[in-house]
Amino acid sequence: MTTKRLIVGAHYGLRDWLAQRITAVVMALYTLVLLGWLFALPELTYGTWAGMFASTWMKVLSLLALVALVWHAWVGVRDIFMDYIKPAGLRLLLLTATIVVLVGYALWAVTILWSV
Amino acid sequence: MTDAVDKATGRARPEFRNIHVTQIAGYRLPLAGIVSILHRISGALLFLVGLPFALYLFQQSLLSEISFDNYRAIVSHWFAKLVLLGLAWAYLHHLCAGIRYLFLDLDIGVDKAASRSSAAVVMAISLTLTFLVALKIFGVF
Repeated sequence: MTTKRLIVGAHYGLRDWLAQRITAVVMALYTLVLLGWLFALPELTYGTWAGMFASTWMKVLSLLALVALVWHAWVGVRDIFMDYIKPAGLRLLLLTATIVVLVGYALWAVTILWSV
Repeated sequence: MTDAVDKATGRARPEFRNIHVTQIAGYRLPLAGIVSILHRISGALLFLVGLPFALYLFQQSLLSEISFDNYRAIVSHWFAKLVLLGLAWAYLHHLCAGIRYLFLDLDIGVDKAASRSSAAVVMAISLTLTFLVALKIFGVF
């Protein structure tokens, strides 16, 4: 038995704080890649647009940005609920709904990306 | 803010607590505070409206030639254009304010004058870019 009890999970807050910043940088870089590619297209038609996402590395890059987005949104939305929603039951409900929605969006995005 | 009674004078004195979301409109925030609360509001907007709408449009644009035409029809409706403009502002503000926070995290520009001017820069850049997006969406160029 140790006399020092772990009251809070050490570094949990730091991990989320850091994750939010790293995922933000990933999304910012993806925005630049997407904009650069869009401006490089001769014209925007279904062919050029779908062709852009047909390449495997664009799929992987988009998926990476999407995972970053979901993670980033989770930390942000959780922070909002922790600040404004005080009743524990309601907060739990909203946090659960957020996880379900975000995982659903991620799966939806995978099916979209791999449809071309 | 709630009022507590001062024992000596018997008058109500202000007591400052965390600002709740319902009290935001009653506060006169400094510019950095406005950028901060807009960062939160734009983030919430992107999660609630931006993410599902963008995924839906993304799906329509990629699925087939026919759905691509459907995507074109949706984004040429005036109401969809307004929603997209709102989301474009939310994205641009969230991005610009987010970059400012990354610098603050690195201890760059933390003093009062620098943080005020960087907040002004965030507002200026995000609103200018939003204006350019508006011109593009409504077909000026």
